[in-house]
Amino acid sequence: MSAHSPIASPLPSMPALLLSHFTATSSIGRGLDETLVSLREQRSGLKPCDFDSADLQTWTGAVDAVDKEAIRSDLRAFNCRNNRLAQIGLRQDGFDQAVLAAAARCGKRRVGVFLGTSTSGILETELAYRARDPATGALPAGFVYAGSHNPFSVTAFVRDYFGLEGPAMTVSSACSSSAKVFASARRMIAAGLIDAAVVGGVDSLCLTTLYGFNSLDLLSPDPCRPFDIARKGISIGEAAAFVLLEKLPGSLDADAVLLRGVGESSDAHHMSAPHPEGRGAIAAMHQALASAGLQPGSIDYINLHGTATPSNDAVEGSAVAEVFGERALPCSSTKGATGHTLGAAGGLEAVISALALQQGFMPGGVNTDSLDPALPVDYLLHNRDKPLQYVLSNSFGFGGTNCSLILGRAQ
Amino acid sequence: MTASTPHPVAAAAVAPALTVFVEGIGLVGPGLDSWQDGQAQLTGQADYVSAKTVLPPPMSLPAAERRRAGAVIKVSLAVGHEAVNAAGLQASTLPSVFSSSGGDGINCHDICAALASNDRLISPTRFHNSVHNAASGYWSISTGATPTSSVLCAHDGSFSAGLLEAITQAVVDDTPVLLVAYDTDYPEPLRSKRPIPDTLGVALVLSPRRSERSLARLHLQAADCTTSAAENTMADASLEFLRQTIPAARALPLLQAIASRQAGAVALAYLDGAHLAVEVGLP
Repeated sequence: MSAHSPIASPLPSMPALLLSHFTATSSIGRGLDETLVSLREQRSGLKPCDFDSADLQTWTGAVDAVDKEAIRSDLRAFNCRNNRLAQIGLRQDGFDQAVLAAAARCGKRRVGVFLGTSTSGILETELAYRARDPATGALPAGFVYAGSHNPFSVTAFVRDYFGLEGPAMTVSSACSSSAKVFASARRMIAAGLIDAAVVGGVDSLCLTTLYGFNSLDLLSPDPCRPFDIARKGISIGEAAAFVLLEKLPGSLDADAVLLRGVGESSDAHHMSAPHPEGRGAIAAMHQALASAGLQPGSIDYINLHGTATPSNDAVEGSAVAEVFGERALPCSSTKGATGHTLGAAGGLEAVISALALQQGFMPGGVNTDSLDPALPVDYLLHNRDKPLQYVLSNSFGFGGTNCSLILGRAQ
Repeated sequence: MTASTPHPVAAAAVAPALTVFVEGIGLVGPGLDSWQDGQAQLTGQADYVSAKTVLPPPMSLPAAERRRAGAVIKVSLAVGHEAVNAAGLQASTLPSVFSSSGGDGINCHDICAALASNDRLISPTRFHNSVHNAASGYWSISTGATPTSSVLCAHDGSFSAGLLEAITQAVVDDTPVLLVAYDTDYPEPLRSKRPIPDTLGVALVLSPRRSERSLARLHLQAADCTTSAAENTMADASLEFLRQTIPAARALPLLQAIASRQAGAVALAYLDGAHLAVEVGLP
């Protein structure tokens, strides 16, 4: 069943890395405090879609007042909704100060920037296409491709925001993007190229994804209900999530959170449907466990990809059962709260997993009423308080791209 | 850490270094039909004549998908197969890195045009082909490759970002890696804002170990893999035009150094003020 070939496996076990600082901004809150309150109260940030001119019966997880954020004046070439959201995110929880301190400590050339996004600032292009010159068809003069539309825009923005000079790239593999940035950072640190990396993801609402998922009949007309018997599809959200990932220092705080394992695979099956037996998902989870040097029984909680499409949840449920056993451990999807934040989902859910480890609680799934009995997992409907040692987070995407992360408490 | 390097002198270097061997190369672009033919043009042994890129049909795809395949898929599959065949490896076993500035320009234009119209319905195929990892997805589907695939963008520095990722992965995970870098042109009105003239793709199979097929040795300094030295350029004006206007063609100075079997330092366009510093050596 497991499909990973020896040649593709990462090193048998990877050195742990420290999530020295992290932050998240999504429809359930700006920064960690608001996010934690929402998770504790099992509050959803989803509302009926009123984004731009979208005329779709669906719900979205929008971040309030993104367009009121003024991009720092020296970085106006990057002005677009995606980078405004990125800037809001960077300014929460003292994350910006932590990055500057790391750059001072390690050197600007020794800090990488690897961010995930699926659509970057393509909303600017959508708007520009509505404002074409009636005579020539030209886009408006004020449209700046490199600072908005190009997938690298958000990474260049964050790199310039901090004046960093190390390696940088955007990872854009649909909904696995901001999980896979952890894998790239792991390799760069192991290679000795950098000492620290700003990783995470930023994705923002746009018509391409709203109408695109609509074309595939994957948008839920109601707030999305992961693992519910009546689940009807996704609710699209937006988020900015950032983690400062560093080599382990000499001593660690007791509540420090570490990246312990990473698994990556490809389904090699279909562009928009998962492998029916979850081949790639199973391989990613197995690899993550192997790279952490852990057995399946060590994992305390799984933050599922859990998009709430009928096929995605069915495949993920059976893949989790294949790796961990049927109903063997608590798991939930936080997308009922945040919506599916696409290229930011892996980063957002890594931050939520880190919060769960630090706070000793597992967030119950929001919006789900009647669990699908055909899905053989122990899906949490209510929060559960319990000290956690290891959490696994899944992210899967179009094109059959899969990534599983394992985070753990340092103790 | 580079136990595989066969050169005692290199192994004795003070700073840690990342060393890989180039096992196969693929190339398709304007006036460049393959690496097999193109290397003579890159070294000046044959004249380079600019011509519109000819994209071979992606025969590894099923007929229905072959008909719908855009330039991004055609170019990446063509160069990927040329490189993997030359390396004598199985595509299904290779992790990959796909790097592109903008993905499929025509597909992107069609979606934006539809969204700006009164009828916003876009086709499902258009949408799933719009993801930046479309080429990576079709590659893995058509070759059965289940290992990881990293899909990257660094605007004009996308080739170097991909090369850095691929070298890092080959060394750290001790595995051969396929790198595919490619760009296609946008139609108007985006073309005026992002004037990429045509499609070009480059693929390299990089291995941490030397083999009898090795074409070159590539070497990065881990302490600082970038340089502020001027980036290498192409002496031929037409090739230099390609290098400057197609992000994936920023690879041409590296390919030229490999083709001419010249050892030396090559500075490849990467990020603002920081070019990727690649030492090219004989295998």
